Amino acid sequence: MIAASKQPQQAEISNSDVIVASLEGVSKNYGSVRALRGVNFGVRAGEVVALLGPNGAGKTTAVKLLLGLMLPNSGRVRVFGGDPTNPGNRMRTGAMLQVGRVPETLRVREHIDLFSTYYRKPLALAEILAAAGLEKLSDRRFSDLSGGQKQRVLFALAICGDPDLLFLDEPTVGLDVEARRMLWDEIRRMVGRGKTVLLTTHYLQEADALADRVAVIHEGEIIAEGSPSEIKAKTAGKRIRCVTSLSVSALRQIAGVTDVKEDREAVELHAAEAEPVVRQLLARDAQLSGLEITSAGLEEAFLALTHDAARNENSSN
Amino acid sequence: MSTETIALSDTQVHLALSHTAIIYLKEAKYEFLKNLRLRVYTASVLSFPIMFYVLFGLVLNSKQAIGGTTVPTYLIATYGTFGVMGASLFGTAAGLASDRGLGWLQVKRASPMPPFAYFAAKVITSMIFSAVIVVALFTLGVALGGVRMPVAYFTKLLGTLVAGSLPFSAMGLALGYFAGPNSAPPTINLIYLPMSFCSGLWVPFMFLPKVVRQIALVLPPYHLSQLALGIVGAGRHESNAAHWEVLLAFTMICLGVARIGFQRDQEKMYG
Repeated sequence: MIAASKQPQQAEISNSDVIVASLEGVSKNYGSVRALRGVNFGVRAGEVVALLGPNGAGKTTAVKLLLGLMLPNSGRVRVFGGDPTNPGNRMRTGAMLQVGRVPETLRVREHIDLFSTYYRKPLALAEILAAAGLEKLSDRRFSDLSGGQKQRVLFALAICGDPDLLFLDEPTVGLDVEARRMLWDEIRRMVGRGKTVLLTTHYLQEADALADRVAVIHEGEIIAEGSPSEIKAKTAGKRIRCVTSLSVSALRQIAGVTDVKEDREAVELHAAEAEPVVRQLLARDAQLSGLEITSAGLEEAFLALTHDAARNENSSN
Repeated sequence: MSTETIALSDTQVHLALSHTAIIYLKEAKYEFLKNLRLRVYTASVLSFPIMFYVLFGLVLNSKQAIGGTTVPTYLIATYGTFGVMGASLFGTAAGLASDRGLGWLQVKRASPMPPFAYFAAKVITSMIFSAVIVVALFTLGVALGGVRMPVAYFTKLLGTLVAGSLPFSAMGLALGYFAGPNSAPPTINLIYLPMSFCSGLWVPFMFLPKVVRQIALVLPPYHLSQLALGIVGAGRHESNAAHWEVLLAFTMICLGVARIGFQRDQEKMYG
């Protein structure tokens, strides 16, 4: 009975092999829309994982399932080895979600005060304000804040309980460059304190800046997983746009070209590397004009990855 | 089990209880502040019954008698009911519909907040605003309308009207679960205003057309206003128990509907 009289020991989560949050074969449908299709995904203690994907890929659904705000149609959701709705888990979890309207007449410090009350061992108000960069705004009403400042308040509410596990759903969406960098610094500071973070984003750059590991999600499936540099290597590619007299079929035969699209008077080629393709283009068509080379957008990168996924599936069959 | 263990777990129970109590208090405090600073809420909910009372009770008819008492006294009961109903409906339905529809409730649900604290805060806030309205009407009536009544009567009137906030808070919760964030306020008005009229809260019951008087008998605000009028000696001498029963039944029905809405929401998310 001596053990009973002691404070329960906080489970140490220094072991980075411990999975603190996971989706195991999880599918989730909204009516006929299949938001997630058999997703397997885990977050280990102490790591920062980014779920990277375009809008509608299923990122928010994954976060809401992990927060116990929804139940999956099939599969299992585990947080700290248990049900995500377990009140003990909620005490150890913080969440920043996309919100349409936050009560606007309350002041920043009042919002933080209320959410801090929900937790047993909240951080001190001054510490929360500092961590979210809100020191000078604590007396402002929510309605008087800019978009970036509002995001920072939501971040403050997510961290106020000093949670072990932090879910950030598109934390920097709609922020300008400066505000985004500020929030990145704040997230890094949380990570520096040994927290586990799952963030969703549709910016590869953001995943690269923050995450130890990136999972690319597309149409409800995880199509690639790896370190940011691995993902970047997979999704690297250039878009070459030009006006040329060469036919589409001739363009397709150039080595390195993965895709050709006609766009009004011009064509758009996609290739892993631009230089060899451009050399060939110029050699074959001396009249070529309007040449532009840009990095492929994330959309193309996702397409490339889905093609890869489909090819792997076919070759393994 | 050693006594030390029992003592400690008792303290832990106390700590847990007081922590929960603090959450409920804070939730209610900030719900109150939120609405107090919300001009749309205070302007419509507080000023309408007070304005009507000043105009029809103090400026126009203050010397006249009605239903066995003076007009200023009579109208404290009816505009009091009107005010309580508005404070409670808007205090619960509008906020709930908006929080549900625009994602804020999900942020709260993802936190360790006890879910019931959220609803309790809305009901408590509605009761506080209800009390403020009744006290304001009474103060104006005493100061400017020659209203006189024993403190015990006033206390009973205040208690009855504040308790009368509960059926309308329940109704607000039900509405809040079925109305959208933007459609909630007009929907509330669409129910609130005709119901007030038909219950004799604007035009005293005896001056209502016969058809409307019959409709009134099934409307909850009629029963609450009759309880309040009974206290100032201007009721229709119906059974108080029957009035309370109607209000209780109405509350239960509304809570049942709210529960269906709550479960429908869960299922939509859990589906």
